[in-house]
Amino acid sequence: MTQTKYEPVIGLEVHVQLGTKSKLFCACPTDFGSEPNANTCPVCLGMPGSLPVLNAEALELGMRAGLALDCEINARLKFDRKNYFYPDLPKAYQISQYDMPIDKNGHLIVEVKDKEGKWIEKRIGITRAHLEEDAGKLLHEGIVDGTLVDYNRGGIPLLEIVSEPDIRSAEEAYAYLTALKAVLQYAGVSDCDMEMGKLRCDANVSVRPVGQEKFGTRTETKNLNSFRAVQKAIDYEIARQIQVIEDGGVVEQQTRLWNEAKGETALMRSKEDAHDYRYFPEPDLVPFTIAREKVEAVRKTLPELPRARAKRFVEKLGLPRADAHVLVEDQVLAAFFETTIAEGASAKLAANWLLNDLLGTLNEQKIKIEDSPISPKALAGLIQLIDNSTINGKIAKDVLPLMLSENKSADQIVKEKGLAQVQDTGLIEQIADKVIAANPKSVEDFKAGKKQALGFLVGQVMKESQGKANPKMINEILTKKLS
Amino acid sequence: MSDLHLLTLKEAIEQAKKGGAADLVTALKNRAQKLNPSVNAFIGLENTSPIGAAASGALAGVPIAVKDNICVEGQETTCASKILKGHVPPYDAHVIQKLKNAGASIYGRCNMDEFAFGSSCETSTYGPSKNPWNLDCVPGGSSGGSAAAVAADMAYAALGSDTGGSIRQPAALCGLVGLKPTYGRVSRNGLIAFGSSFDQIGPITKTVEDSAILLNVLAGHDAMDSTSANVPVPDYTKNLNTSIKGLKIGLPKEFFPKDSAGGMDKDVEKSVREAVEVLKGLGAEIKEISLPHVQYSVEVYYIVAVAEASSNLGRFDGVRYGARAAAKDLNEVYFASRSAGFGQEAKRRILLGTFVLSAGYYEAYYLKGQKVRTLIRNDFDHAFKEVDVILSPTSPCAAFKIGEKSSDPLAMYLSDIYTIPANLAGIPALSVPCGFTGAGLPIGLQLMGRAFEEETILRMAHQYEQKTQFYKKKPAL
Repeated sequence: MTQTKYEPVIGLEVHVQLGTKSKLFCACPTDFGSEPNANTCPVCLGMPGSLPVLNAEALELGMRAGLALDCEINARLKFDRKNYFYPDLPKAYQISQYDMPIDKNGHLIVEVKDKEGKWIEKRIGITRAHLEEDAGKLLHEGIVDGTLVDYNRGGIPLLEIVSEPDIRSAEEAYAYLTALKAVLQYAGVSDCDMEMGKLRCDANVSVRPVGQEKFGTRTETKNLNSFRAVQKAIDYEIARQIQVIEDGGVVEQQTRLWNEAKGETALMRSKEDAHDYRYFPEPDLVPFTIAREKVEAVRKTLPELPRARAKRFVEKLGLPRADAHVLVEDQVLAAFFETTIAEGASAKLAANWLLNDLLGTLNEQKIKIEDSPISPKALAGLIQLIDNSTINGKIAKDVLPLMLSENKSADQIVKEKGLAQVQDTGLIEQIADKVIAANPKSVEDFKAGKKQALGFLVGQVMKESQGKANPKMINEILTKKLS
Repeated sequence: MSDLHLLTLKEAIEQAKKGGAADLVTALKNRAQKLNPSVNAFIGLENTSPIGAAASGALAGVPIAVKDNICVEGQETTCASKILKGHVPPYDAHVIQKLKNAGASIYGRCNMDEFAFGSSCETSTYGPSKNPWNLDCVPGGSSGGSAAAVAADMAYAALGSDTGGSIRQPAALCGLVGLKPTYGRVSRNGLIAFGSSFDQIGPITKTVEDSAILLNVLAGHDAMDSTSANVPVPDYTKNLNTSIKGLKIGLPKEFFPKDSAGGMDKDVEKSVREAVEVLKGLGAEIKEISLPHVQYSVEVYYIVAVAEASSNLGRFDGVRYGARAAAKDLNEVYFASRSAGFGQEAKRRILLGTFVLSAGYYEAYYLKGQKVRTLIRNDFDHAFKEVDVILSPTSPCAAFKIGEKSSDPLAMYLSDIYTIPANLAGIPALSVPCGFTGAGLPIGLQLMGRAFEEETILRMAHQYEQKTQFYKKKPAL
């Protein structure tokens, strides 16, 4: 395998739309899906004579993101102009931050599985994150002659988060994006909705022979519309670059476009065609200083972040690491879980039932967890019935879909359908006697030391009780009778 | 009254108060009808906005002329460029709102150098404006139309904009008072940008008092301009007559070499030296000072200002407003629209600005330029510890002939040698008439002050003006 001779080196550039009410430099709303050009004004249309005024909320969200990613916050804030011509950029320059990004030198710890499938922590450096304005959108579809431009998106605040080239596989890239998204959602920076284009990612990929320190020549791949696309495109690029080298060629510095339908990347522009953006300080915005106290005040308002939450779930609540990991990635799911245990469910059962059963049931009906008709309190009610042995797990699995279809509490369903566990010792003994009499072979086997024969007998008793007998009691009674 | 056009702004305000507002506009329009075909100060007079919006305002009923780079809602604003022909701004510049709130009517669009690139008003797509003192001469620029309109008594006062001298130099060449306020004193919101870190809007008027009256209306903080300063606005007319006794005036030795006239014409030197004596007579103290880095001003300006301009003018690409050339594809839209839409000087500055910002040249030009700008600023800070006002000629020469310098950009750029330093330093500067050449052309004296101390230079200029009375002489038209 040639793959093992090479090591991929990957860095990601992520653009997230900040969840502000208004645009970065004007008061226009940031609503998604408005009529084309409804959310525009002279400033975001770049009308001659208009001037930008910085949105304080965007600045704060930029800081929050930086603090959540363990960045240093630059004390001095400066904006620059990035000059290029394109119809979606009405001023012919984008107001961005060139050499003094608001956030720098941060990192994100992600959990990935190593080659043996063991969970390990990996530190991915965050080089920088800077504020800039989004561009408009070109509309081609359904237009016979020419192209139309919708400037609604133009001027919406973006944070471009640039990672160090610390990522070594497509899986790690996926884990990084998932963790980054969770952190940004927790910090209230962005809802990171990829379908609405609120999180976009470009991937820088190079390969080098294992053991070589110097990086190979990298390509930048754009048009990655999902985390899966990022993963697939990186794998494609790694394989393509290795093939180029193996064929005796040289990887060229290029910008490439991912084609989802074909599952491949294609040349967009080569190094020679790269823009000279002629960055220079934006004279319409005066540099200013961010007070340390302001940074500390923002830091205090940050909530518990995913990694700390996962750690708490493992250490304080005794959850398996994999469960904690899945739970904290989705803020809504984690909150659902925490409310479920606050409503009296035990942690391990709550995690199990939430991740394995409730999510599965909801998925079948295409319901999102935030819209779940079964509330955390209702789920806690079901789990409590298991905890206090009113029903066993097997019955509970039948109760859950009924809660959804009949919109009733677990308690109500168990009562109405008579599903409560049989706890009556006399009744269970009666059934056990019947089963022992009917299965002499199994009894003999057990007595001869075949432990698994007991399992069969327990199953038979359970079957006779229509699944309602308390499994722990069956076990005890059978063991006593057979000894 | 048949000579209502001769009024100063102050007198026009009085006239309007007496109920003669409509007569004012009529008088100016009649005057313009007669003279504008030869002076070409106005691009259009059709744009007079209705008067009487604020009957009690400081400028109630008084028409004010406006340079063609300041946006007026619903009225064509083109920067005298072909590329913006037909552009109608959807909003008022902050200063236009202020004028309207003060009851003024917006009257007449004034000609200018295209995008304010020039010192002669010759680069306008509407043809050059002429100097009312000699119609073969330029009125100066870039606010040449504003100055020519006021000098020819076709306007009581006009707004100009000043990036490197564009208010003061035409005021000097037309025998008027031109004030470039401190950077940040007047909002730039709605001023179509040339050099964003230099541009300031200011008044061109017949007298210093008129300048103070108009500045009272224009000055003030605007939340929509991040470079606008939140500094209290005094009544600039209040202390005009307070004695200037004891105020210290600095004469930079770099501008006034001991053994020669320096870069200025003999007539200019003579008038300025006489002005120094008059000011001395009014009680001011004269001191020689040094601005060691000021000799690099023109070079620094033509790097930093054109860099900003090249970026500011990117938006004129034929996509959204103004003229779009017929084209097959996107690149051709850009190339054809910009090639056809911009004049020679605009193209020269866009190329220069693009060059100094390019990879590999940025450090050598733009960054170095900004560093020298800081040194020049420091020179002024240092000098203003010793003196209250710095004095120089406004322009090294009086009005020159149309066409005389238009093929020699460097000679043209040197017209601004005395005015550019104030834009680099962001300080206020004013030009006031200080005499005439042998050929009868006006000469201007420049007074520069500390940031936000417009009051001091207005006060000194007012008393000098009242003593010398040069403003009373009118061109023979």
